Amino acid sequence: MDIERPTAEDARPYGRRTFLALVAGGASSLLWGPAAWSIARDVLLPVAGVLPPPLGDLVRSGWRIYSVTSIPHFDRATWSLKIDGLVERPIELSYADLRALPRAEQVTDFHCVTGWSVSNVRWGGVRFSDLLAVARPLPAARALGFFSGDGAYSDSLTMDQAQLADAMLAYEMDGAPLTRPHGAPVRVVIPEMYGYKGVKWLNRITLLDQPFDGYWENRGYDRNAWIDHHA
Amino acid sequence: MRDGEKTYLKRFSRSERAVHWIHAAAFFVLLGSGLVLYLPSLAAIGNRGFVKDVHLYTAIAWAFALLAVVAFGDRKGLRRTLNDLDGFDLDDRLWLRRYPTKQGRFNAGQKLNAAVTAAFAVLFAISGILLWYGERDTRFRFAGTIVLHDGLMWISLVLLAGHLYLSVIYPRTRHSLRGIVRGDVELQWALEHHPKWVKDVRASEMEDGAQG
Repeated sequence: MDIERPTAEDARPYGRRTFLALVAGGASSLLWGPAAWSIARDVLLPVAGVLPPPLGDLVRSGWRIYSVTSIPHFDRATWSLKIDGLVERPIELSYADLRALPRAEQVTDFHCVTGWSVSNVRWGGVRFSDLLAVARPLPAARALGFFSGDGAYSDSLTMDQAQLADAMLAYEMDGAPLTRPHGAPVRVVIPEMYGYKGVKWLNRITLLDQPFDGYWENRGYDRNAWIDHHA
Repeated sequence: MRDGEKTYLKRFSRSERAVHWIHAAAFFVLLGSGLVLYLPSLAAIGNRGFVKDVHLYTAIAWAFALLAVVAFGDRKGLRRTLNDLDGFDLDDRLWLRRYPTKQGRFNAGQKLNAAVTAAFAVLFAISGILLWYGERDTRFRFAGTIVLHDGLMWISLVLLAGHLYLSVIYPRTRHSLRGIVRGDVELQWALEHHPKWVKDVRASEMEDGAQG
């Protein structure tokens, strides 16, 4: 049955070696991949312009969109932000009301807990101290609960965390109004923590006596999502 | 098999073609749904939960479809093909160094492509499972997972472009498409591109004839 092949004896198993080497190299990249990608990105950045926009986005900005629901849609004309709970003056702010508050701007890095980062994001928005001054928190208020207009997502910060110098409620990103995938009309920005603390499509803030576990914290994530400054 | 003036040679069994098209179909569905899930400019498209389900269940269906081919298909033929793909003889090694040596059923480039594709399939599966499971148990959430999954996608796109060019566009090689669609190729094409394979087929036919 066996067919005589003049060259069969000198066949070397390069196929399986290639396969095994790639699997081993790829699996080990779980360790070295992020560092390699940050170098590769610097090299790819100049050519990103020739890629089709969706792929170009990925190289240029590095943003990836996460959402636990479909991306919700809100009309800035009808959207409002409710501030309630332990406050002297529960209030509902329109988008125009929010824009009338003192405006803050900052350039900060964004870090996702799944391993990607975006450098130098320019945010425009309102500091929480200016926002809360409108509703006047009671002395018992020690934390802020944030609820997304997507109906599913929520998270919380302590009063101290929300008052960090670079924490804000952002309505602009990179010089333009926040887009839907990034949380329009407004989202929470707290650069010293991982992105999952930054509730998008925000439409309610509740003042509480203590923080609570949000969407991902109920699924095992840390409530205090301080980023490691290893990078 | 004869068809008018042309003679055709059986190249791929149904099991082999099934393995190919399971990969191809799954890749396109996973690529499309994955891009919609991740890219900012596409993220607002459609029902996100549905797109996520499409991605997840396509991956599961891909794995089960491959298992089904192995379970119910021509296992012996698949093993022989795997063996063909594994071994690089002297001609293959010279061919990789651009000597125009005679090639067997698969040329050395096709063999490498098969090894890379198989490795990428395994790595896509590992990183995909980690992405899924890392959301459920944070001990399995690694910074490198998404880099690996995305990186595989990027490289796969480049390889796919080359694969499509050779199989659909480039005049000298595109006849090979018939092999993976209908299972057979023209003898003349096979003699030109895979002469050692034709010789092997002839030898085994003679042997069958002698025994029969």
